[in-house]
Formats: sequence, structure tokens, C-alpha cells
Amino acid sequence: MEYYSNAGLLYLVATVLFILGIKRLSKVRTARSGNQLAAVGMLLAIVVTLVHPEGGINLDWTTVIIGMALGALVGGVMAKRVEMTGMPELVALFNGFGGLASTFVAVTEFYGRFGAATGGTPTDVVNGLNVVAKAAGEPLVVTLGGEVWAIAIVLSVLIGTVTFTGSLVAMAKLSGKISGNPIILPARHLITAVLLIGGIGAGVYGTFYGEGNTAIMMVGVLTLGAGLFGIVSVLPIGGADMPVVVSLLNSYSGLAASMAGFVIGNSLLIVAGALVGAAGLILTMVMCKAMNRSLGNVLIGGFGGDTSSASSGGADEYTGVKSAGPEEAAMILESATSVIFIPGYGMAVAQAQHVVKELGEEMERRGAEVRYAIHPVAGRMPGHMNVLLAESDVPYEQLWELERINGDFKTTDVTVIIGANDVVNPEAIENPQSPIAGMPILNAHESGTVLMIKRSLSPGYAGIKNPLFERDNTYMCFGDGKAFVVDVVNELKES
Amino acid sequence: MILLLMLFVFLLAIVVGNELISKVPPTLHTPLMSGANAISGITIVGALMCAQFATEEGSTASTVLGVVAIALATINVVGGFMVTDRMLAMFSSKKKKKKEGK
Repeated sequence: MEYYSNAGLLYLVATVLFILGIKRLSKVRTARSGNQLAAVGMLLAIVVTLVHPEGGINLDWTTVIIGMALGALVGGVMAKRVEMTGMPELVALFNGFGGLASTFVAVTEFYGRFGAATGGTPTDVVNGLNVVAKAAGEPLVVTLGGEVWAIAIVLSVLIGTVTFTGSLVAMAKLSGKISGNPIILPARHLITAVLLIGGIGAGVYGTFYGEGNTAIMMVGVLTLGAGLFGIVSVLPIGGADMPVVVSLLNSYSGLAASMAGFVIGNSLLIVAGALVGAAGLILTMVMCKAMNRSLGNVLIGGFGGDTSSASSGGADEYTGVKSAGPEEAAMILESATSVIFIPGYGMAVAQAQHVVKELGEEMERRGAEVRYAIHPVAGRMPGHMNVLLAESDVPYEQLWELERINGDFKTTDVTVIIGANDVVNPEAIENPQSPIAGMPILNAHESGTVLMIKRSLSPGYAGIKNPLFERDNTYMCFGDGKAFVVDVVNELKES
Repeated sequence: MILLLMLFVFLLAIVVGNELISKVPPTLHTPLMSGANAISGITIVGALMCAQFATEEGSTASTVLGVVAIALATINVVGGFMVTDRMLAMFSSKKKKKKEGK
């Protein structure tokens, strides 16, 4: 046995670059260099694999060049073209591709090993430790016991495929191609259980005991089951819970890569995948905490979108709602010395981030203190609002997290809420019976005046009434977010 | 034995990942996610190795799977790093402007 190889050492360097890169990604000042560092690590890993100083394996350059050129072209064009508002969909799609690639790695490996031994008894090849015996000439497999290899194949295919189909459904929901509302299938728990258990069962049978075509078919059944499971499990989850789903799928895509690492016996894949898996899981937990819901509760789905329940608010439920047009809103803002903006998903839909920033600048020019309060689950992806506001050049020093800014609403003259609803609903802290009770909210209701820019009095994602609409200090500003803010800015500039 | 080492590596990497990311500010959640996503494209190394393997065996199915796996992983890697860089460039250019403004 070799104690080390040059390729192995360079993989280690790549691993370190990934770790340093992720570390630097967690601070605004160093984030860009962190991403570049990780990219260098990736380039190194690819070059080492292509050159493969250990030798022994012949590369099919046509396959490699066609695959890489195609991928680089598609990935590059997508990355250049995407609008910042379309970022959640893109991240979901990339997640899915990563997952599917891991599935293919595992399937190819299984297929390849299987084909390698068609001269002998296929059972011997895939059955337990005999894999080691049969493939003893291969450096990749002797490192693993056959059972582990088989389990790793099952897990890699399972997680990778769930990531792929789940991401596609999440993407379709995010882009509005299918309804963002929860889609509840009859007997869905039974269906998901059958798909999952059936798929895993087939996979385990195929990789452990399968013979000839049966083995290959069983892995096919596993792939199919996992794929349907991914679809069925994301369908019942509502659009506004997508930050959790996208984070979780991000975690899965890492775990799938890690499992593929076990399949081919490569520690670089294991480490890099595990890092991503951990990162995604942390983001998932942060999102759940920000909604005061458990991960299980989110994944079971069915939350929100149910406007038929007794607690949901139509316009007739509200009394004493005051509304303000652009002129009145401008007058209120004119005398303000401190303003906090609370953006929500509605701002992204209305593409209003640029005009909101203009309004902020106009207020600053008038000497007011301007800040933006960002709720952790505002938007459809963790950090969605931050990216949109960064795109329109809002300095990140003005972007404040919930914990840091919540005490300051009391001393703020005007809070402008644009396209947000549930995250400012005082029911969360005032009514213990409310479905969103205990969810951390931005205390907009404590500020001097609230300007709520919204199309109508319709409820938000949670499907419940928002008493903030009828508070004495609230003015509802009905209209399209972008058009309304443009009018306000014009009024302010004229005065 | 080597399997045990691999499990060690896997678990330690999860701990390291946890430590590294637990303090990331919400502002960076999206770039962190898309950057991490690009790193999960590391499965490209597996895809390349499979292409090598596939050639040896000469099976058409394996070759096709190999090409598709390589293409998908490359989309993930190239697209992921580029789009993350684009986002982070917006964060940093703004900082410069602010400094100039002051």
C-alpha cells in the first residue's frame, strides 16, 4: 500500500482551500475572496483528477471535454443572465443539478462494476465482500467493504435523486409555474412512506443480492421511487416556506456528494460534501427558528394558503382602516427624522428594490436617518432581501437584523412596510392563540407612524388577519409597490 | 480500517462545517448558500473518475451517464461560483462607494 500519493496530497490542499473559503464566506469583508478561494480549490481538484499523476486510468477526453464544455457554457450563461429576483430559482436549480450528478456518479459506478464482471457470476460482484475480491485490481474499491459500498450507492442515489426532483418542484413553485399554495394529495403520508420504503428496499435488494438485470432494475426502481418521493414531499409545502426547503435541499446536495465520495472512495468528496451538508442544515435551522416552527412542522406542509378558515381575514373584517395616497404619504415622510423600511416578498414581486432605495436616498438627503429592517424569512430564500437591496446599492451598514433593530422602532418616526405582512403581524406576540404565536416579528407597530404599502387588505401567507392594518398609527397605502413609491419620491422631490 | 477513517473524516467535516458557519450574518445567507452549492459540485471529481472507468469498460450506457454527470456537475460548479461572485461583487462595490461618499 502506498502511504501517500501526489494526487492525494493535492486533494488535501483543495480540501483546505474549501474550508478556508467557507470560513471567509461568513464575513462581508472577506466573502468575495472566500468564494474565489473555494473556486481555486475546485479548479485544483479538477485539474488533479484530469492529470491524475498516479496514472493507471485512461481518460476518455472526448467524454470529458464535451461534458465540461457543455456544463461550463450552460452554467456560465445562466449565472450571467439571472436577475437578482430570480436568484432563489437558480439556487434551487443548481442544487438539483448537483444532486442528480451525484446520483449519476453512483449509478455509473454500480453499472460499471457490474459490467466489469459479466464474465463471472454477477452475484459475486455485487454481493457483499466479493466486490473486493473481484475488483481487487481497482484501487478505488479495495478500500471499502462490499456492504458499505452497496449502502453508499443506495444513499447516494436516494439523496441525489430526492435533491433533484425536490429542487425542480421548489423551482416551479418559486417561479409560479405551479401554485405556491400547498398541494395536498390524498393519502399522501401513505404514498410518501411507500415510495421511500419501497425505493430503499429495492435499492438494498438490488445492490446486495441482485443478479444480472434484476440488480440493475432494482437500482432503477430506487431512482424512480426517490424521484417521486422528492416531488410528493415538496408539493404540500407552501411558497413562503421555500427558504427552509431550499436550505434543506442545499444540505442534501452536499450529503449526496459526500455519499458519492464513499462510493468511489474519495475523501475530498466526503469532506467537501459534509461541509456543504452542515452549512445547509444550519441555514435550515435558522429559518425554522425565525418562524418559530419545527423542521418537521414545515416538512409535513399544508401550512398557510388556507383562506377558508374562520380566522382568515377578508376586507370586511377590518374596521377603522385609514388609507393614504402618495401625497399624504409624502407629507408624513417629509417631517420624519428617522425612517425604517421593512421589505418583504412583495417588494421582489413588484421589482421595487431600486425605487425603494431612491426613496431611502431622498430621505437621507433630507437629513433623516434611514435603515432597513430585514426579517430572516422575508422573501423566498435565506438572505433574499439583502441580495435585492445590495443589487440596488443600499449600503449593507443600513441593513439591520431583527434582533438588532427591534428595540429601535419605539423611537422611529415612520416605518415603511413594502410587500411584507406576516413578519409584522402583532398577533404573534399579543395573541397566544394565533397560528403564528411566538414567531419573532419586527415591531413595526411600535413606531410613530406605519405606512403599509400593499395591494389590498388580503391576508399574508399565514392566511390570518393582521390587526396592524387597523391600528391608529397605520396608514394603508393601496397600490402597486413600485408605482406607489415612485409617486412618493416624485412628491418629495417637488416639495 | 480505511472505512473507519472515512467515517472519521465525514463526521469531523460536519463538525468543522458547523463551527465555520454557525456565526454567519443573515446578510450573507444567499451568497453562502450558493457558494456552498458550488462546492457541492465537487461531485464532478467523481463524475470524471466515472468517465475514466466507463471508457475502460466501453459500455455506452456508462459513457452517456458519464457525460451527463460531468455536464451537470460543471453547471453546478461554474454557474455556482460565478453567480456567487456576482452577488458578492454587489456587496463590496457598495462598500467602496460608501467610503468615497464619506
